[in-house]
Amino acid sequence: MDITGRKLVVKALQEEGVDTVFGYPGGMVTDLFDELYKQDDIRVILPRHEQGLIHEAEGYARSTGKVGVCIVTSGPGATNIITGLADAHYDNIPLVCITGQVPLNLIGNDAFQEVDIVGMTRSVTKYGVTVRDRNDLGKILKMAFHIATTGKPGPVLIDLPKDIQTTPGKAEYPDHVDIRGYKINEGVHVGQLKKAYKLLKSAKRPLILAGGGINIAKANDKLAAFAEKMQVPVVTTIMGKGALSAHHPLYVGNCGMHGRYAANMAVMECDVLFSIGTRFNDRITGDLNEFAPKAKIVHIDVDTASISRNVVVDVPIVADANAALEKLIEWAEEKKTASWRKQIAEWDKENPLEMRRDRGMTPQMIMEGINHSFAGEKAIYVTDVGQHQMWATQYIDLDEKKQLITSGGLGTMGFGFPAAVGAKIGNPDTPVVCITGDGGFQMNIQEMATAVVQGTPVIICLLNNYYLGMVRQMQQLFYGKRYEATCLRRRKNCPPMCKGPSDACPKYEPDFVKLAESYGAYGIRVEKEEEIEAAIAEARTHTDAPTIIEFMIATEEIVLPMVKSGTAMSQMILK
Amino acid sequence: MKNRWIALYVENQVGVLAKVSGLFSGKSYNLQSLTVGTTEDETVSRMTICVTSDDITFEQIKKQLNRMVEVIKVIDLTNVPIHMKEILFAKVLHCSTADKEEVFQIAQVFNVQVADIGKDSVLLECKLTERRNNELIALLKSKYKTIEVVRGGAVAIESISTSCR
Repeated sequence: MDITGRKLVVKALQEEGVDTVFGYPGGMVTDLFDELYKQDDIRVILPRHEQGLIHEAEGYARSTGKVGVCIVTSGPGATNIITGLADAHYDNIPLVCITGQVPLNLIGNDAFQEVDIVGMTRSVTKYGVTVRDRNDLGKILKMAFHIATTGKPGPVLIDLPKDIQTTPGKAEYPDHVDIRGYKINEGVHVGQLKKAYKLLKSAKRPLILAGGGINIAKANDKLAAFAEKMQVPVVTTIMGKGALSAHHPLYVGNCGMHGRYAANMAVMECDVLFSIGTRFNDRITGDLNEFAPKAKIVHIDVDTASISRNVVVDVPIVADANAALEKLIEWAEEKKTASWRKQIAEWDKENPLEMRRDRGMTPQMIMEGINHSFAGEKAIYVTDVGQHQMWATQYIDLDEKKQLITSGGLGTMGFGFPAAVGAKIGNPDTPVVCITGDGGFQMNIQEMATAVVQGTPVIICLLNNYYLGMVRQMQQLFYGKRYEATCLRRRKNCPPMCKGPSDACPKYEPDFVKLAESYGAYGIRVEKEEEIEAAIAEARTHTDAPTIIEFMIATEEIVLPMVKSGTAMSQMILK
Repeated sequence: MKNRWIALYVENQVGVLAKVSGLFSGKSYNLQSLTVGTTEDETVSRMTICVTSDDITFEQIKKQLNRMVEVIKVIDLTNVPIHMKEILFAKVLHCSTADKEEVFQIAQVFNVQVADIGKDSVLLECKLTERRNNELIALLKSKYKTIEVVRGGAVAIESISTSCR
């Protein structure tokens, strides 16, 4: 018996085991929403803005391992999710996004709320397609879930014209789909891997660089086993943080622009860099000519196109991290690396990762307060983008029970809070802490309402320095303190050539504590270090709605160490 | 930097050409020419793409193309025996009688057809390699004030036995 397209979409979602969708209605998806009304298996989360919606789906997907499903309308509904698509594309988050579209016969007519969303998003999706024939719908939906979740995961967009939703057609939802142009690398070239292993074995100063691929593949235990068996120290990228527990004796820290001194020195001095699941982003490499200058480089990645793109490597291996590490563990034999590890420890002693402790509350103290508050427990930490994100990646301790979700590739301000709400929706029994700044939080502040109505008690640790701090830090260090457009207190009547805060500065808006209250949430302001843990403890008692803890940090605090963009990783600004 | 050729099998679907050409513009790859048409299987289109790039970029281009869901197969034609031709029409305008005669001679030497002729103009139909077409255009430009050119871009297929381009 034939069924309508809208019925088939819901059937497909049910068969894919989708229990939560993030949806914002509109003219061209009302049929689909009407179908969602008639069923009980799938919970529909209504956000307050489509950008918030897609970041919620990202946080949900990242934290649960399931696909994040978004349903939005045509036109502005569709264009509002583009930032999230790009974010998910960069950080390899599996999403299936259904956008409504005007009926087929109106496409191309500049109809009301018509945009060519497939055309607009071609470069920021793994796959995108407009459904032009009702009988293709089942196959396209199956393809979407398959493509989003396999290989290097990513977002898939299905543009669904209104008439396809209402037209009857095949009721079948296929259980598998063959796509002749879509190949997934499942195996691993044993010969190449052996070559890589031998290289590592012969190294005097070996180093493993673990990227986000380890976390995506959930190969963390295997990485630990391999590193332990061979006694090779490990550094991580930001997306790779958590690949190895922060407490592990072989873990050095994050490398890159705001990496740990010892980690960057280890990359500079190692003779074999054994990298797994990283793209060698410019934030990791700095000046490419000076990157790991003494090292032979091994690169294992599931994506062929990531290999030898930024850094020319000596041993390229296309493989899933799990498959490669399984083999490597088989072969692994202990290496004598004591003196090399001692050298790394000395670098760390020379320039430890530490902020001042003599005047007032620092971001490090806040991160330590978070670490202490959730020690030994499961917790999900979600950050926004900016200085607080760097402090979090520097000072937050991750182990097997913790997960960090952050916008690493695109660096999307406004990501953190909705992503945390999505993570909490997917993990109602796990504490979710959103670490954010006063700038980024305001980019999707409307999701406070979503969080309250959905009953998601996210703990929002908002570091308020009255500035768009990351850019202000650049102005402070490299642009003679000309704080153009980075001060969030600045008003019309401020002096035109302001070079920093003073007692005469105007009041900050909004009052985040009052704002929380107006949403029916909770607000706590923390000004002293002694209050940090008590505030987190109080926030944890609120189980019905989120709590904003506003931490008043020093206005001109900067993230150190720092490597100026485009220079060598050894050129760290330390003080 | 040198010219390289790729044969690309893609799904014959709406938007695939835009996706392939978008990759070249989005990633700043230097696209020289791109032709596309269906194959013996009407669900599959075949593109012949010419790019100018260094070795590393070319490897990356092939990988990026391979990664597209709609791309079925990428064949590097740069160093294999192929037959390659480009269709080109060249109209020479405002010719004197002497000019016309000369154009006929050029056509003979280049082994191209005179497809049409008018009172003061001649139309050449050329089916040569891209390079030979370039040479012909250069010659016509140097000799005549007004010419009009339309080129189809190269199409290529692997040779059966001989090695010719």
